[in-house]
Amino acid sequence: MTEFLQLDLAPLLAATLACLVCGLIGNLLLLTRQSLLGDAISHAVLPGIVVGFWISGTRAAPPLVAGAMAAAIVAALLIALVRRLTRLEPGAVMGLVFSGMFALGIVLIEVTGAHAVDLDVDCVLYGQLEALIWPAAQGAGSLLDPAALAEFPAEVKTLAVVLALTVALLALLWKELRLAAFDPDFARSIGFAPRPLSLLVLVLVSVACVAAFWAVGSILVIAALVAPAAIARALTDSYARQFALSAAAAAVMGAGGYWVAALAPEALGLGHGLNAAGMMAVVAGVMLAGAVVFGPFGPVRPGGQRRRRAAAAPVPRLPAAAG
Amino acid sequence: MTGALLDALLFAGGYNATVVALGCAAFGLAAGSLGCFVLLRGRALIADAAAHATLPGVAGAFILAALAGWDARSLPLLLAGGAISAGAAVLAVGALTRGGRIRDDAAMALVLSIGFGLGVVLVSVVQSLPVGGQAGLKSFILGQAAGMSAFDARLIGGLAVLSLLLVALLFRPLAALCFDRDFAASVGLPVRALDLALLGLMLAVTVAGLRAVGLILVVGLMVIPAVTARLVTERLGVMVALAGVLGAAAAWLGAGLSAAAPNLPTGATIVLVACAMFVLALVVAPRRGVLAFAWRQLRLSLVVARDHALRAAFEAAERQPAAGAIGWPDLGRGAGWSAWQRAVLPRWLRWAGLVAERPEGGVALTPAGLAMARELTRRHRLWEHYMQSAGGLPPEAAHRAADQVEHTLPPEVAMEAEAWLRRHDPARLPPAGGLIRPGEPETERGPR
Amino acid sequence: MNDAAPAAMRSPPGPPQVPALAVRHLSVAYHEQPVLWDVSWESPSSGLAAIVGPNGAGKSTLLKAVLGLVPRLSGEVRVFGRPIAEARRRVGYLPQRASVDWDFPATALQVAAMGRYPRVGWFRPLPRAERERARAALAEVGMADFADRQIGQLSGGQQQRVFLARALALEADLYLMDEPFAGVDAATERAIVEVLQRLAAEGRMVIAVHHDLATAPQYFGHVLLLNVRAIAAGPMATTFTPENLARTYGGRLSLLEQAVAAARAGGARVAGPAGP
Repeated sequence: MTEFLQLDLAPLLAATLACLVCGLIGNLLLLTRQSLLGDAISHAVLPGIVVGFWISGTRAAPPLVAGAMAAAIVAALLIALVRRLTRLEPGAVMGLVFSGMFALGIVLIEVTGAHAVDLDVDCVLYGQLEALIWPAAQGAGSLLDPAALAEFPAEVKTLAVVLALTVALLALLWKELRLAAFDPDFARSIGFAPRPLSLLVLVLVSVACVAAFWAVGSILVIAALVAPAAIARALTDSYARQFALSAAAAAVMGAGGYWVAALAPEALGLGHGLNAAGMMAVVAGVMLAGAVVFGPFGPVRPGGQRRRRAAAAPVPRLPAAAG
Repeated sequence: MTGALLDALLFAGGYNATVVALGCAAFGLAAGSLGCFVLLRGRALIADAAAHATLPGVAGAFILAALAGWDARSLPLLLAGGAISAGAAVLAVGALTRGGRIRDDAAMALVLSIGFGLGVVLVSVVQSLPVGGQAGLKSFILGQAAGMSAFDARLIGGLAVLSLLLVALLFRPLAALCFDRDFAASVGLPVRALDLALLGLMLAVTVAGLRAVGLILVVGLMVIPAVTARLVTERLGVMVALAGVLGAAAAWLGAGLSAAAPNLPTGATIVLVACAMFVLALVVAPRRGVLAFAWRQLRLSLVVARDHALRAAFEAAERQPAAGAIGWPDLGRGAGWSAWQRAVLPRWLRWAGLVAERPEGGVALTPAGLAMARELTRRHRLWEHYMQSAGGLPPEAAHRAADQVEHTLPPEVAMEAEAWLRRHDPARLPPAGGLIRPGEPETERGPR
Repeated sequence: MNDAAPAAMRSPPGPPQVPALAVRHLSVAYHEQPVLWDVSWESPSSGLAAIVGPNGAGKSTLLKAVLGLVPRLSGEVRVFGRPIAEARRRVGYLPQRASVDWDFPATALQVAAMGRYPRVGWFRPLPRAERERARAALAEVGMADFADRQIGQLSGGQQQRVFLARALALEADLYLMDEPFAGVDAATERAIVEVLQRLAAEGRMVIAVHHDLATAPQYFGHVLLLNVRAIAAGPMATTFTPENLARTYGGRLSLLEQAVAAARAGGARVAGPAGP
């Protein structure tokens, strides 16, 4: 028990909380067809995280979030500028900007010497769940012991706060976010400005990328952002159930992924655990495949007629007499 | 470091280093030129997803080889594994979007991240295997040219050259495909086969770049040189060649840099070099660059101010043919010049020979200036009349509207407007050559 | 619009002679290309008005510019004599059906209820009473039985009715509708016309972008002919003339449309405003 509390509780919680934060926000991306924005932001915030870490020298959240936000804004501006000048499709421009910024982040890690402290390329690629330990734990009693709890890894506490904030914002702006996602023009016409809301979504995605960075790194965070929402989308057509199911999928993804990677091999006496962040993505992939194939809209469904759109505008019929 | 960099760039670092540099450059050449087609066909993001999804293939091949007792570090084997899983990833994107509930953007993000996650898990399996060479797998993620053997470099170079030859061979049909797929199909090109060929080439180049650039950034070397070349040229042939050269230069320079400073991951260095080239092009590109854009804005505002001045001079002469000369201040006021335009325009007009200073003070239009002013005035009145007649604008609004459009619309639109007036409202048509010629006494005055 | 005495179910909006919508010198451009040029128009204070013109004439843009959805180059918009920002609660917008993603996970009732959001305000969940108002709006367009259906499962006509219900739920005095009849079946078209006529009878103003020149005089009492510029406006009977239509559809700076107009006129002269 003590060993579980010391070595596994914090990573398990961090994995679950990170997936919940990302999974809930991912719904807003998926429903507005902006999944690639998650891809772009997760890559582009890396130099911001590195610089924030380098300047502050700590893993505390505020400087990293500030750096990440600055990087996300720079990326958004660059994408807009390059699109205007080259008139290329957005995907290509995004690819250019985020691979450039990711490369910058990787080089900065080496140049700033951040890797000597705590932040290295491995963390970017695989996350660093195993670094989250709780040495102060001495049996189940520690869960109620304020002194021991004070030693609990700060990353997990940050994640809990971010999750609480995310849920509160989603609840507070429930109908507004749905309106802005479904029909932004109508929203504006009745005085519900959708632009601050889409900016809020951008900020939330950046915060989620930073909060989840220590748990899953900056590439696997994409899976945490997109997969739970996609799994839910394959299962339901109801807006509320979409969020509930994605939260469930995210929890299974985080906790299940960690369990399969770290706890199961141990229980089986294999000695060497697997990478937990990667395993979370794999668990999500298995759930996604199951949902797509066996879900209510799977291949057995007769459908295929859901792309009907209004026909092109009719040719004007002029009255015959014209001269 | 500088010495080591020079060595690496000038092929003075020994046989192995030379071969590695050449191999990287060959890959850059192939990636840059193929990247143009990938970009124009809108496949940049699927290339990214496929590249990330090579990791499970590479790691899986490693495990398989280790279990079978083969050499787990054999590059051909690992690359073959990567190609297989990348191909599977492309199929997975298609399968996910088939139901219509998951869009292609989400499908690509899913395949990219889940494929990479599976690879990460397999890499952690590899680390528990009792064989050597596990550390080498990491170089497939972010690229590490430093440890490459001459054999590896030759393999990569060979793959790249092969892809390049195929691109050259398929240049015309691929160009037709990227320009307009439906048209290409209508003239009998096998577009499906061509799309498949493009996909296959993309996978081959991706796999070739794994060892040097790494799977996360390999798409950068396809996209960035192509976008850079797009900024500089409008012609596909030039764009493909230029992107190839830029890609080769970035790969060669980047590999040299990271050889000189072994801490720097090669992939990131190469991509940053390519980004530097892109930023340079963004600033100085002849037509689409930031500087060119600013220069065009400046010139347009000068041309508009010049035209207004010429017209003001012409109209002044039209009203009072005897007056002859007009002062610069009057001219500038009539044309609405701003302060800096007042400084620049008189010189320009004199230099271009459109106006001449009169000995008695003031300026007058030269014959060349007169001809130009007459044409400008005629065009302006054409627009004014068109807008009154066809658009139903009152004269004052028509005058303002004509000022707005006359400088930006191409001459053929003006001819259309003239044709329209001739047919519908000939009374308003400005006389072709017959605008009055101020200062030319032999010409009759028009009815005004 | 049948009875001479419009049923006084509600007091007419605003002082009697204030136009529901007035635009003055309105210009809009996309990428330096003028889409609307110096459009001035005053609508009646109540009734049904159609905006008619060829593709690309700026009809939808006019509605969007009025609502502030696209930036204006110049010009002024008044709704019942006030700036749009002060009159937003009195305006209802019906966007083009193709402008949204109908696979979105929402029910017909949830979409219709969006029309009640202005009454609820920010941050508050929708009260039960407001949800019932939305349900009533669905019933008005004959969609009561489909309230809990996911919108992607509805036919095109049914989707348009849901959009109309959402607009009705706004209880606006001026409705701006972007092609309410586009791609709907005949039954839906009749149902929509009935709703519009009831709105007009209640003293409200409906301005709709309309494509079908054959039905325009049947459905609408007033018309604005638009082709980048306002070509003509006024009562349908005196404005919807072959001459004005020819100017709207033929007088464009496009070789293609010139050819079309010439072919339509059978080689005869298209009437110009000042032809001899």
